[in-house]
Amino acid sequence: MKLPKTIASLADKTAIVGIGTTEYTRRGGITDRTEFQLCCEAIEDAAKDAGIPVTEIDGFCSYTGERHEPVLVQVALGLPEMRYSNMVWGAGGGGCSGSVMNAALAVHGGICKYAVAYRSLCQGQYERYGQYRPRPMGGSYMAPYGLMSPGQMTALTFRRHMHLYDTPVEALGHIAVTFREHALRNPRAIQYGKPLDLKQHSTSRMIADPFRLFDCCLESDGAAAVIVTTQERARDTRFHPARIVAAAQASGPGWGIGPMGSHNMPIKDYHTTNSRAVSGHLFEMAGMGPNELDCAQIYDAFTGLVLMALEDYGICPPGEAAKFVMEGNLSWQRAGKLPCNTAGGLLSEAYLQGFNLILEAVRQIRGTSTAQVTDARTCLVTSGGGQGHKSALILAS
Amino acid sequence: MTYLPQDLPLPEPSPDDQPYWDACDQRELRIQRCAKCTRFRHPPTPICPSCRSPKACWTQVSGNGTVFSYTIAHFATHPVLKDALPYNVAVVLLDDADDVRIISNVIDIAPEKMAIGLRVSLVWQPLRNGGYLPRFSGRDHSLATVTTP
Repeated sequence: MKLPKTIASLADKTAIVGIGTTEYTRRGGITDRTEFQLCCEAIEDAAKDAGIPVTEIDGFCSYTGERHEPVLVQVALGLPEMRYSNMVWGAGGGGCSGSVMNAALAVHGGICKYAVAYRSLCQGQYERYGQYRPRPMGGSYMAPYGLMSPGQMTALTFRRHMHLYDTPVEALGHIAVTFREHALRNPRAIQYGKPLDLKQHSTSRMIADPFRLFDCCLESDGAAAVIVTTQERARDTRFHPARIVAAAQASGPGWGIGPMGSHNMPIKDYHTTNSRAVSGHLFEMAGMGPNELDCAQIYDAFTGLVLMALEDYGICPPGEAAKFVMEGNLSWQRAGKLPCNTAGGLLSEAYLQGFNLILEAVRQIRGTSTAQVTDARTCLVTSGGGQGHKSALILAS
Repeated sequence: MTYLPQDLPLPEPSPDDQPYWDACDQRELRIQRCAKCTRFRHPPTPICPSCRSPKACWTQVSGNGTVFSYTIAHFATHPVLKDALPYNVAVVLLDDADDVRIISNVIDIAPEKMAIGLRVSLVWQPLRNGGYLPRFSGRDHSLATVTTP
């Protein structure tokens, strides 16, 4: 028997058929429902969007930090049977696309029929990510020195990028302003109706040099979910399915928890987002190159991560992302080469640890984004910037 | 006077890195090193990632190094840091421990003078539990003598 190159490949076998959200607010903005209620609400909304009864959901996937585990969600929603429960181990936001990959694996493997990938996060009801939190791994090497927030930790890796490539700090402002311009078209975005210009960015207060206030993502309340099923079953759903043409998760050698740990990742990789490995596997599965993407949703917990990710994913050669960004290439309004974070991203739409980026990718493929890229057929989603491994998806129409 | 307030969270040694912190308490910077292939590694890990030997020793190093990266914190991520702003956090590449880096602070340099490539040397500062924390001094070094890592 002749086996295909990748045995039983997941390539182009599954699809996202439903997306659901609650409203997004600033931290503390949702006081009338609990985070658990929001979690259930987003899942119900995603089932409705897919045009399936919520009782059809029999698989559950999420990633590090999600508090509401599958069997309890099953009980809360009154679902008859749970056949698949999966959590990406470690990696924080780096597991976001991985949760969709795991949902795709489960439905492709016949383990369950409709898998939901979900994330609920209310920083107003639980701890703040921008403040000190005990970190069992690596905390001893960071907290006693006042290294406590992801912004400070990724400022260290980005500072190194600036040093090696003379990366102009002005590029950060272009990212923040471009994504804000996208958010101004998106009524769901927390920063909707709040314009931002380069001067406001460059005079905003310093948080962790070189990152200023507007280089840092929001701290939000909200929840979101997507329904994944096989492409065969997707024929019966309400909207045009967003095909998952490729999904990958990977970590390079010696990275470990990287900037959220002791900063001893290999020197040649230090100034990256540890996404080179995932990029290689992703494009190989997709059978396409980064120049064939129509748009992208890049994990923008901090502006500097976007520059490093553009290089890791081969969209720009090393050291050239700043120029690419400053030429307006991420902008929808200016018809850039690769419009990115078209709903506003984690910087200006909401911070659901990357998950809202997946929903926006689906909207681009459906043709329903508020900053719709004309004839968008492919969209990249990247997950994670600092901690642990990384994951990514390529969706297509 | 320590560089940052002594009320900050203390190191929490685990079975895998207790010897590192025990050495710090004696004001000795000892980096884990493979007893077989002699490669340094940090933070401590259970076996050598180069040769997989579980046998390790803890080798005292000079404490001289170079700033590999840094940030200046202007925002208090912990209540006790409110009066310590702005402060630096530096990643220091040690001179004599392969590519091992130590996260620390440079205790005697103005924020605008911080730079990648700055030469630094080890100093010890007391913790409130009687232990000591390795920090670094940039004094008596000038940027003119920098070798950029």
